[in-house]
Order: sequence, then C-alpha cells, then structure tokens
Amino acid sequence: MDLVEFENVSMRYGEEGPMAIENVTLSVRENEFVAVVGPSGCGKSTLMKLVTGLAPPSEGYVYLDGKQVSGPQKGVGMAFQASNLLPWRTTLDNILLPMEIVQEYRHRFRAEKAKFQEQGRALLARVGLAGCEDKFPWELSGGMQQRASICRALIHKPALLMLDEPFAALDAFTREELWCMVRDLWQEDPFTVVLVTHDLREAVFLADTVYVMSKGPGRIEARKEVNLPRPRDLAVTYTDEFAELVFELRDHIGRIREDTQ
Amino acid sequence: MTFRQRKRLIQASPWILLVSLTLLWEVVCYAFSVPTYLFPAPSDIWASWLEYHDPIMRHATQTLFTTVTGFAIAVVFGLILGILVGSSPLIYKAVYPLMIGFNSIPKVAFVPVLVVWFGIGTVPAILTAFLISFFPVVVNMATGLATLEPELEDVLRSLGASKLDILKKVALPRSMPYFFASLKVAITLAFVGSVISETVASNVGIGYLMISASSTMDMGLVFAGLVVIGIMGVVMYEIFAFIEKRMTGWATRGTDPGF
Repeated sequence: MDLVEFENVSMRYGEEGPMAIENVTLSVRENEFVAVVGPSGCGKSTLMKLVTGLAPPSEGYVYLDGKQVSGPQKGVGMAFQASNLLPWRTTLDNILLPMEIVQEYRHRFRAEKAKFQEQGRALLARVGLAGCEDKFPWELSGGMQQRASICRALIHKPALLMLDEPFAALDAFTREELWCMVRDLWQEDPFTVVLVTHDLREAVFLADTVYVMSKGPGRIEARKEVNLPRPRDLAVTYTDEFAELVFELRDHIGRIREDTQ
Repeated sequence: MTFRQRKRLIQASPWILLVSLTLLWEVVCYAFSVPTYLFPAPSDIWASWLEYHDPIMRHATQTLFTTVTGFAIAVVFGLILGILVGSSPLIYKAVYPLMIGFNSIPKVAFVPVLVVWFGIGTVPAILTAFLISFFPVVVNMATGLATLEPELEDVLRSLGASKLDILKKVALPRSMPYFFASLKVAITLAFVGSVISETVASNVGIGYLMISASSTMDMGLVFAGLVVIGIMGVVMYEIFAFIEKRMTGWATRGTDPGF
C-alpha cells in the first residue's frame, strides 16, 4: 500500500512568489526507502514540509496513509542537517522528547518512564551510543550528535521518517559510518523513509527508489529503481553496477544544469 | 606562575582592585588636603558609618525592600509580557513601539505623577523601581523566544506538539540564559529607580538619607549611603549570577561564564 502520495502537487511561497515545486507526482510504499536528489534550491525541503503538513500545497493533493494532509501530522519523525538537540537535556532525555509529545505516549510518559528509558537506552546502544546516555549533546562529536538526532526521530516508531540532508555537515568517513547505521536500523526493523540529499552515492547506497528533481521550480526529472541486493555492504559502492547507477543519475542532473543555463 | 596561582589571582583580583583604589583615594585626599565637605576620604566615610550605622541600616532596609518588591513585580510582569511579545508576531509589532516610547521617558520625570497618585514614601519608590527595570526583562524574554530555530519547531510540530508544548518543552528553557542576563541588568536598574524616587519624594530610604545629609553638608554620610547602595547592588547581582550558574550551566557548556 502507498503510504505517501503526491498528486500533481505545486507549491509557491506567498501569493506571487516563484514556484518552489511544480507538478510533482510520486508515491512511497510502506517500508520503502526513497531518496530525493537534486541541485540545491530544487525544493527538496519544500517536499518535506508538504509531506509533514507544515505547509499546504498551492495546487494538487498530498495523501499520507490514505488521508489527505491538511495540517501538521502527528508523529512523523524528522532529522535535519543540524542535530537540533536540546543542550539542557542529556542525550537520553533528548531522544525521549517525542515520547513527551506524541499523543499516543504522552499521557503515560510519567507512569512508564522507566520502560521508555529502557527503550531509549536500547536504541542508543543500537547506533553505538551506549555509555553516552547521561552526557550532554555538546559533549558528543558531530557524528554522535547526528546519531542521537536520528534516534530522536525514530524512538516513537513513526510511520514515516523524513531525513533532510542529515549527513551533509559530516566528514566523509563519519558519513559512511552513518549510512551503515541507517541501513542497519532499517534492515533490522523496516520503516518508511524519505531521504532528501544532494549526495548521489548516498542515495543509491541507501534507497530502493531515487527521484531526481530539477532546479527551481522543482520537477521530478527521473525516477530510478535501485535493484542492488540487500543487505548492502559498503563495498558495493565500489562496484561497476553501483558506479553506473550513480553515473546515470549524475547525467540527469547534468542535463538539468544545461537546460537552465 | 602555576595554573593554580593564576586561578587564585583571578579570584582575588576584584578585592585587590577595590583595596588599591580605596588606598589611592585615601592618599589623594590626604596629599592634597581635600576638605571633607567637598570630597570625603574613605576614612571619613568609615567614621560616618561608625557614627550613624543604626539609621543607615534602617534606611538601607527600606531601600532594599522597595527595590526588591519593585524588581519582583518587574520580573513577573516582564516575564508575562515577554512571553506574549515573543510568541506572537502581531503582539510584537503592536507593543514594541509603545514600549520603546515608554522606556524613553526618564523615570525621574514620572515620580511627581506617582506622588500625586499615591502620596510620598514607599509606593512611588516601588513603582519607580518596577517601571525602570521591567523593560530589559521583556526585551530579553521576547528575543529568547523569537530566536527559536525554525527547524527545531518543525521537528516538534511534526510530532503533533501544540504551541503550549513547544513553549514549555523548548522555547522557555532555551530562553533562560537571556532571562537571567536580564535579571542582572534589571536588579541594578531597580536600585536606581527606588533611590531616585526616595530622593524626590520620601522621608525614608537611602535616597532620602543622602538628600538630607547633603543639605547639612555632611558629605561623609552621603558617601556612606552611596557605598551601602553599591554593596547592596553587588550582593544582589552575585545572588542572581549564582542562580544563573546553577540553572543554566548548559549554556556556557559547563565552563566559567567569566571567560
């Protein structure tokens, strides 16, 4: 079943502003890993706002779980380029924040705090942050903060996880480590992901389906299924098959550039 | 110099400076034989304190009371108005020019009005302390709330958080460093307010004590009053600095905010 559906969606900011995205149609199956790539300013972040209902489309329809999105959704997990952890909370308290807010959990947060904390510790351990529970975010490295940020987006088992260039600010090695972390989390216990990125290797390595968007106004230029077998090892990124996929996508983006010039 | 010695020197530095300046002051007064009725030496001030410490303390208690009361009202009022201004662009736009205009009025010009309304004494002193010190609290709270990262707000809203949730869980705790910074400014301003009011319209308080002492040319007593206000100001400031350190240590990443 399709979890997310876009039907001819266009969106402009303000009354007379330029189109941010134009005539976008796409769908995301349940537990599918989708990546959206494109040059900067192609409206990838607008896409995120539309799915989560933080902004309404100017034209067209957005459906989440079969229902039309008409306001902020409850319980979508989000992670951004900046980890946005709260500096006055410990790492564990930070990732438990959604439990204090999401409708389903908030009324029993106090009563079952110990249980939630156990879940939090288990999740932190899965991403290699065991022992950091009581540290403050500013005591962690950038990569560790980003791990914690993704834990915070996942702790309440959201129907949909939105990742907006979550690895863009990290160095190349840390980034690859975090790819593997996300891959493992997804492999062990699948969830639906929309990953917005401008890193083609990242998109091909992680996703089932890659959408290429054009520079503003953003349009879907190409849709590419990635049929590399799972579980994927990091070594797959050095195979010819992988390189060809990346090259093909790169070609689309190259053409977009030429078109706009 | 070892690290420990250096640290000790830094800790002792305010006292060293204070003592040196006092000595310099004393030496200058002595060397140029400055008359006491113009500019009393520290020793003269000390003598006045010894002679009058009972009345000084009585007046100081009054000033401390009016200042702290006015300050407390300012904090509550400033906090509420700051939250309103900071969380709504409409209120922000509407209230700001009015508040700037109001804050530009010298409060000493307003004391006579307060006297007409409330008579002389305690009430105008409290109100002047309040009027002069609420502004920084409002501005800082509003700034703290208005500078919340939009992405963080998105994260919370996509979890289904209400405006109140965002305020309670993120915006308010995040504004605490701004709030405490404003308290340190506001408490010193509150002293200015209450003393101004006492000099104009009161027969109790340090301000009144100084005015009546200067009318008899008792400069030693005037300066003793000044010193007492200064000490009270520093003590109150340190109390808030201490609370700030305990409450918002995260903002300075656990290091000493002195650096």
